[in-house]
Amino acid sequence: MRSFLFVLSGVIVMALAFWAYHENYRTQAELGEVRALREDIARLKESLGVLKAEWAYLNRPDRLRELAEINFDQLQLLPLDPQQFGTVDQVSYPSIGLPGLSEPVDTVGAINDALAEAIGEAP
Amino acid sequence: MNRTPLRPLARILKAREIGENPDRIERENIRARAEKTRDRERARAEKRLLVLALLFFAGFTLIGIRMGQLAATEPSEPQTASAEGPAILTQRADIVDRQGRILATNLVTHALYAQPQQMVDPAAAARGLAAIFPDLDEAALLKDFTGSRKFLWIRRKISPEQMQLVHEIGDPGLLFGPRETRLYPNGAIAAHVLGGASFGREGVDSAEVIGTAGVEKTFDGWLRDPANGGAPLTLSLDLSVQSVVEEVLLGGMKLMNAKGAAAILMDVQSGEVVAMASLPDFDPNERPQPATKGDAGDSPLFNRAVQGVYELGSTFKIFAISQALDLGLVSPDTMVDTKDPFIWGKHRINDFHDYGAELSVMDVIVKSSNIGTAHIALMVGGARQQAFLKALGFFVPTDIELVEAPTGKPLLPKKWADISTLTISYGHGLSASPLHLAAAYATIVNGGIKVSPTLLHDAARPEGARVLSEKTSAIARTMLRQVVVRGTASMGEVPGYQVGGKTGTADKPKPGGGYYDEKVITTFASIFPASDPKYVLVVSLDEPVETSGSEPRRTAGWTSVPVAAEIIRRVAPMMGLRPEVEAAGDDTLTLVRN
Repeated sequence: MRSFLFVLSGVIVMALAFWAYHENYRTQAELGEVRALREDIARLKESLGVLKAEWAYLNRPDRLRELAEINFDQLQLLPLDPQQFGTVDQVSYPSIGLPGLSEPVDTVGAINDALAEAIGEAP
Repeated sequence: MNRTPLRPLARILKAREIGENPDRIERENIRARAEKTRDRERARAEKRLLVLALLFFAGFTLIGIRMGQLAATEPSEPQTASAEGPAILTQRADIVDRQGRILATNLVTHALYAQPQQMVDPAAAARGLAAIFPDLDEAALLKDFTGSRKFLWIRRKISPEQMQLVHEIGDPGLLFGPRETRLYPNGAIAAHVLGGASFGREGVDSAEVIGTAGVEKTFDGWLRDPANGGAPLTLSLDLSVQSVVEEVLLGGMKLMNAKGAAAILMDVQSGEVVAMASLPDFDPNERPQPATKGDAGDSPLFNRAVQGVYELGSTFKIFAISQALDLGLVSPDTMVDTKDPFIWGKHRINDFHDYGAELSVMDVIVKSSNIGTAHIALMVGGARQQAFLKALGFFVPTDIELVEAPTGKPLLPKKWADISTLTISYGHGLSASPLHLAAAYATIVNGGIKVSPTLLHDAARPEGARVLSEKTSAIARTMLRQVVVRGTASMGEVPGYQVGGKTGTADKPKPGGGYYDEKVITTFASIFPASDPKYVLVVSLDEPVETSGSEPRRTAGWTSVPVAAEIIRRVAPMMGLRPEVEAAGDDTLTLVRN
């Protein structure tokens, strides 16, 4: 019995040692991954900075103005004018052409079709 | 200590008398002396042992504590700073406008340097570099490469394309160092506000980026402070508004044949500068060297809006008149003497036209009568006039966040005589920058609260002191509106925006004294919408001539005013100002008067 206990405790110690080493290596692997991710983040942030700079450069007002002038035939863009301000009342509500009351409606399915068609036709 | 002799004569003689051996006495004395010495040595040795024991104790304790500490800590490798913490920061924070659009950012590029002793073929390298960079001299490069130099910089920044071309030369002596450089993607837009940046201390692997002018220099420490967590510096400028202001101002400057121009658009309540332009300008990506000769005021680096101090002419009249109104000396309907000329001592004050014997205070400002304003200034008096102009900020440089601001120091008369009071009331004899004028106009029209110009968006700022009463401010707004409706600034009308303002045309002073006849600075200080002002716009042109008529016209009404009107027409809708139909009163008055 005693010798069995000795062997058992020896096995337990070995198992615990195995587990501890395993955990240690896993932790180190995770740390390595974190380091790699941080390097990735640094690199991505750098390229994000480059992209932002490029975006700002491509959207610089001088260039947009030139593009608007070059493509005036197609786009007809003009500077914002005071007269372009309007009120909500001036915007017409898109009309949904519901079928007239006199037209007979038979089934639910037909209503749905009619509505879908009407909405599809609406501007 | 009394030392006992080994053979005391008295005792020896006595011993001899009684027949004892005198040597015994000597031996006894030697023994006593040896015992005494032994006791002393022992005490000393004990003391030394104690000190030694204490030292050992302290040493072992120290080593023990340190060993315990080392045993208790987690083992870890030292890591580089870039991998620490969640945020990976760039060296210098971005600068953005009020809507978050980038005005200045960083870009990773490379610097090119050479180590000639590692070169394989210096001649081919020199030829290749001269082909890539046309401004480099092949002969000079070859001389450097074959001489005794071990290291030389070839280019501070190169583009990726150029880097590829240098790679293709393939010489191991041509090397690249990473660089973070400052990029201003919008080019010359807001150049004077941003200033520029350059390299400070420089090494092969990195270089310090430092601001050289403008906000880059003012906020140099802030932009480089890692404690801000990479937060951008948000300016009060609006990129699209700034761009339109510069575009229209440049067009106006060319049309009016002016050699320079400045414009400031400012929020009347907060003093936030929405746009500030000074022409000619420059590209901050390639900031030119300051001119070593000629007038510094003509250099593109010179910020006319902040650094340029000019006599601003009749735009000052509203100050004298608002003060007189505020003090209750006059009302808008009070009649003022305008008999031409007005003689004061040996000085003579004239008007542009003869306006008859008298005008109402309202008409003095609408028709811009120097004589009428001078009479009103006389009522106010020199001391009160000085105090008022001081309260408006005309005595000190503006405190805007630009390093150049302190150089825009107003020029005041050495002695504030009565004649100074008279001439300053219509804007001669005191020079100030357009920014001073914009801040003073904002103060006059916003209800009378002192405004300090600022370039920072939404920064907490203290409430200004009250300079004028609310009521006077309202009257001043009506007067400025009438100048546009039926006065000298009639070209400034923009339908829907109720522009108000005051023109000013000042002869330029000669460097030696006196004034030029045909060189003027025209200024239009405007507010819109006049009934409830949101923005103040100051446009100033340097030496403009309007040549569409039969004779050249140089007054502000013909030069600065149309430019300002066009700026307002373009900019107001962009800032979300809805055009409004004016209350009836003013319009009917216009019809009757016309």
